[in-house]
Amino acid sequence: MTSFLAQAQEPMTRAEVLADDPVWLILIKVVALFGFGVLMTLFMINWERKVVARMQHRTGPNRVGPNGWLQSLADGIKLAFAEEIIPTSADRKVYWLAPVISATPAFVAFSVLPFGPQVSMFGEQTYLQLVDLPVGVLVVLAASAVGVYGIILGGWASGSPYPLLGSLRSAAQVISYEIALGLSLFAVVLYAGSLSTGDIVDAQQGGWFALLLLPSFIIFVISMVGETNRAPFDLPEAESELVGGFHTEYSSLKFALFFLAEYVNMVVLSGFAVTLFLGGYMAPWPISAIGDGYFNTGWWPVLWFVAKMLIFLFLYIWLRGTLPRFRYDQFMRLGWKVLIPANLVWIVMIAGVRAINTSTDVTTGQKVIFGAVAILLIVLLSLLIPEKRVEEDSGVPTTGGGYPLPPLDLEVPKLTPRQAALEREQRRRKRAEVGAGASTAGGSSATTTDGTGKEADDGNV
Amino acid sequence: MTSFSQAAVVLAQQGGEDVVGTGEAIAFWVLGPLALAGGLGMIFVRNAVHSALWLVVSMLSFGVLYIVQSAPFLGFTQIIVYTGAVMMLFLFVLMMAGRDSADSMVEVLRGQRLLAALFGIGFATLLVGALARSLVNVQAQVPPDPYDPARGGGAGGLGRLVFTDFLFAFELTAALLIVAALAGIVLAYRDRREGPKRSQRDLVEARFRGEYKRRSPQPGPGVFATGNSVATPALLPDGSIAPESLSELIESTNTARLIAEQDRVLGSQAEHDDSRALLAGEDEQGSEQEGERK
Repeated sequence: MTSFLAQAQEPMTRAEVLADDPVWLILIKVVALFGFGVLMTLFMINWERKVVARMQHRTGPNRVGPNGWLQSLADGIKLAFAEEIIPTSADRKVYWLAPVISATPAFVAFSVLPFGPQVSMFGEQTYLQLVDLPVGVLVVLAASAVGVYGIILGGWASGSPYPLLGSLRSAAQVISYEIALGLSLFAVVLYAGSLSTGDIVDAQQGGWFALLLLPSFIIFVISMVGETNRAPFDLPEAESELVGGFHTEYSSLKFALFFLAEYVNMVVLSGFAVTLFLGGYMAPWPISAIGDGYFNTGWWPVLWFVAKMLIFLFLYIWLRGTLPRFRYDQFMRLGWKVLIPANLVWIVMIAGVRAINTSTDVTTGQKVIFGAVAILLIVLLSLLIPEKRVEEDSGVPTTGGGYPLPPLDLEVPKLTPRQAALEREQRRRKRAEVGAGASTAGGSSATTTDGTGKEADDGNV
Repeated sequence: MTSFSQAAVVLAQQGGEDVVGTGEAIAFWVLGPLALAGGLGMIFVRNAVHSALWLVVSMLSFGVLYIVQSAPFLGFTQIIVYTGAVMMLFLFVLMMAGRDSADSMVEVLRGQRLLAALFGIGFATLLVGALARSLVNVQAQVPPDPYDPARGGGAGGLGRLVFTDFLFAFELTAALLIVAALAGIVLAYRDRREGPKRSQRDLVEARFRGEYKRRSPQPGPGVFATGNSVATPALLPDGSIAPESLSELIESTNTARLIAEQDRVLGSQAEHDDSRALLAGEDEQGSEQEGERK
């Protein structure tokens, strides 16, 4: 116990301060986080509709409340009181459980996001964060891993083929993109030296990881969109293929929960991206220099955090308004054959660079030589890549453009084969009439009726 | 209110005594029975997907138990890897195969039960032996502080151990997993195409060369069609039926069977229908084959 008291004299770490919170403060934080998630959802739905409408030269919602900003609230209330229809073939227990499993982990992931530095709340010193775990980064991954169960069980329990297909797609999608997402965290963790979200923000005081680790950042943003099942990766709920995807058979409050989960997940992953790559709650550069870092203290950082988060949320909307949906195989190819290998190469590179940087017995001259050798190797290896062979054209003769076109010296026949045949027939008949007289006329007329009969058959068969 | 990690710090300072904090005890008595219930549920529930869900409950309980035992890295890895990836793949396969497929009670391998019983008893002996030894012989160790990777706690300490003391075991496990993955790919992969993939242009040329029946795509329902059902043929401008629009399946089915099928789809026999499976159940396929034979 003496050592425990001795610890209290030195400045307490973030985790210790948070562990010291009284119960009422924890309750306030929990309610605030929940409220933030729900409010952001209501705001996001409206904002999305308005921004997409502007992109498509429409007005968007403009009836309910000032400028239509209460539209999603009205929709939400309507949805809660809507009639609930459960398919007879549904597996009732799982059908009930799925939206709950979908929505809960989304909110759980909020608990590790640091919204701000140390502040005083009602006389109690605390951080604007619910809990600081030594593995905070993994909590977000685990929450999204559990959240998929909601989608996949919802699709299965509906007892209908479209939701089932949607849920199978989503399972494959989230598993694939979680690998890319996890790998892009690797570089950040390596540079921050910690898996705790608070430490990662502190490590970015010298510069944002988005600039330092640009490839990781890009891959993270792409797989973030894939992980939340949003356009252009919204294959599990592709309207044109699967009606509504996994939630086709859901209505009323259960559908609202799925909707809530999707939007809260977007907010969480946006906040996560801000924490990992955009310096978390720290003020952006010109502002952070004012007054010796005054804007990085107190409640100001919440503003920067939410502002940066809104940038990512706008990106989500922008993507949805701009890009068409990927085809399923293209999407999988992007994940497994582009993002993951690129990530692995990048990780090996930065691990090598860090190993050289941290070892003391490597001089600057040696570093330069290493770099030069590495670049030379890459150039030499790139020479080994075989040139793309142009395949010889041995098909239908064409005249340029790559499309089968008629040749330039094409002679258009005066008669079609059918017309020619008819003409021949006529000529033959005439000859026959001239040669044999009236006695064979009956026979030839019989052949013509036969011929027309056949033609009619051809048309029908 | 002290968090579990704080409790762990206090515990660590009290040395390796057999002290269990209140929070830890509560967590154990909630999660332990839950994990056990999950295991039992997994064995006794008949529906395959429900069974998998019970296993998920069990795994989640283990994960949380690890976290309570101040091993948060292990706990969250358990949730991400086992619950998030492995069980997800299980569910994936179960849903593809249909839920009835797990209900088969037919013994396929000869002597399977005997072997299973033998291995089960052997495994139980090993388990009991290890447990007994852990209760009697092993000294309780001070848990490493998860916030302090430098002194062997958390992910950092685990990483150091894996890449120094247990490198060989780690590499062996990695090799095993890679071999298993390769085997899975080799067994499951079957090449459906002969030769390289044909591009859209190749297909156009092949059509014009006459490798396919038609040069154009299949015709849509005619202008005068009265519905978009497969059973409604397209009409040609003269009012006759376009033969290419007739469904081969429907045309070759005898009327009595077609009507019976329609009844089934309309719901008079809906309870036999496994609508949650993408593939038809075994008995259904069997009856179809019988129908064709008749």
